[in-house]
Amino acid sequence: MKGNSYFSRKLHSLVGIIPLGGFFIVHALTNFQAFERGPEGFQNGVKLINSLPLLPVLEFILIYIPLLFHGIYGLYVAFQSNSNLGRFKYGRNWAFTAQRITGVITFVFVFWHVYQTRFQVYIGNISHEELGSTMHKIATDPLIFVLYLIGVLAATFHFANGLWAFLISWGITVGERAQRISSKICMGVFVVVAVLFILSLVGFRGNEFKEVADAVMAVRSIL
Amino acid sequence: MAESTVASKTVTFIITRQDKPDSEAYTETFSIPYRPNMNVISALMEIQRNPVTAEGKKTTPVVWDSNCLEEVCGACSMVINGKPRQACSALVDQLEQPIRLQPMRTFPVVRDLVINRERMFAALKKVKAWIPIDGTYDLGPGPRMAESKRQWAYELSKCMTCGVCLEACPNVNDRNSFIGPAAISQVRLFNAHPTGEMNQDERLAALMEDGGIEGCGNSQNCVRSCPKGIPLTTSIAAMNRDTTKLLFKKWLGV
Ligand code: HEM
Ligand code: FES
Repeated sequence: MKGNSYFSRKLHSLVGIIPLGGFFIVHALTNFQAFERGPEGFQNGVKLINSLPLLPVLEFILIYIPLLFHGIYGLYVAFQSNSNLGRFKYGRNWAFTAQRITGVITFVFVFWHVYQTRFQVYIGNISHEELGSTMHKIATDPLIFVLYLIGVLAATFHFANGLWAFLISWGITVGERAQRISSKICMGVFVVVAVLFILSLVGFRGNEFKEVADAVMAVRSIL
Repeated sequence: MAESTVASKTVTFIITRQDKPDSEAYTETFSIPYRPNMNVISALMEIQRNPVTAEGKKTTPVVWDSNCLEEVCGACSMVINGKPRQACSALVDQLEQPIRLQPMRTFPVVRDLVINRERMFAALKKVKAWIPIDGTYDLGPGPRMAESKRQWAYELSKCMTCGVCLEACPNVNDRNSFIGPAAISQVRLFNAHPTGEMNQDERLAALMEDGGIEGCGNSQNCVRSCPKGIPLTTSIAAMNRDTTKLLFKKWLGV
């Protein structure tokens, strides 16, 4: 019973919700500040996160390690599946395939997105205060904006449909009715979180973020 | 066969054939005289009587497996017009023509439409899908089963190990060791039995080994395909609950 695939799959499932799913929701809410409250609101969100104690430790234990484990093991799980949508055109079978495809898209997207943002802070190219203007540059480039939309929608579907699967994997929703109702709730979660992320991206396109960027650039050029 | 002077109705079958377990598959088309109420098995019997393809070429009779002819043994499962199901209950009148017959390739093909479902029986052994009641002395009567429980357990007992759920499952393939829905539902059945319950942890532990219950990816094709209408996904979720409980029980040592 130790170290077999039952145990690793349970861990994979758990980690998808705690901590990754939790972080995902917090991330959506922080970003949404860019739409709701503009550059200052977003900046406050970033500050709030940066004021957490032991932040580097938290980042590794709650984000990077779980993400790498879930992501790499998830690629393996996806590789072990066939898609038989041609023969079985059922909604749930469609979601099964989509769960795997969106997992792969999320994998690529997350690495790219972290490289463009958090990694640039690590290597000192930008500061935490400049994340808003970095996002402005990303969201105003039409191609990158579209790629971000795809990435964000894929990740959100993966999370919402994963929540539905999680409830089954842990034996929380057992009966057919429970699973049907939870699938409706999870699709509601998909819509709400997707709207939060899309509006955030729209928010980052705003000129206020450019002005902040310009101001930072001006300070830079003086220094 | 000699040309009939009466214009009679025919039924066209496109059948995937394979001479040996390791030889290439090929298809042959057959056009056979229509009779009212015929099913896929009676059509195959017709081909057996007169193994001539639609092009008039003499060929070997198509080989298939069947037994009960009333959809209770599961032997005649094959892929009919893209869907895995029993040939004996597949009525020609209800099928779109040409009717395509293929073996269920999830299993090793023995010949033509005959497959080897050995892995399903191995799975039943693995999960101990029986109730051990043999002793060296008379053990006496077991506990009674509540009627309400017997009724839903009866539904699970309709499983005929036909293999349709494995054929429909995207996670049962040669890259994956998933045991498949049928055996998981049988664990629920035998664990529901008042005497079987005494060994429930053994069966659950078998589902917690490599290739066990965690192989389910919730495509839920199984429950949509089961010819007996067994609530397979409910069984899987219920066993997810019980294995999870057992996992924590073992961790906490209670
Ligand atoms: C980084 C790339 C990722 C990949 C390659 C990936 C892959 C997968 C795959 C293949 C599954 C299906 C497992 C199954 O059905 O048995 C899955 C499930 C899941 N994923 Fe991901 N995933 C990734 C990222 C994420 C992220 C960021 C989250 C959180 C927001 C997440 C949350 C979930 C959840 C909750 C499940 C359901 C677990 C279950 O079936 O019980 N995944 N993932
Ligand atoms: S012959 Fe028994 S199920 Fe068809």
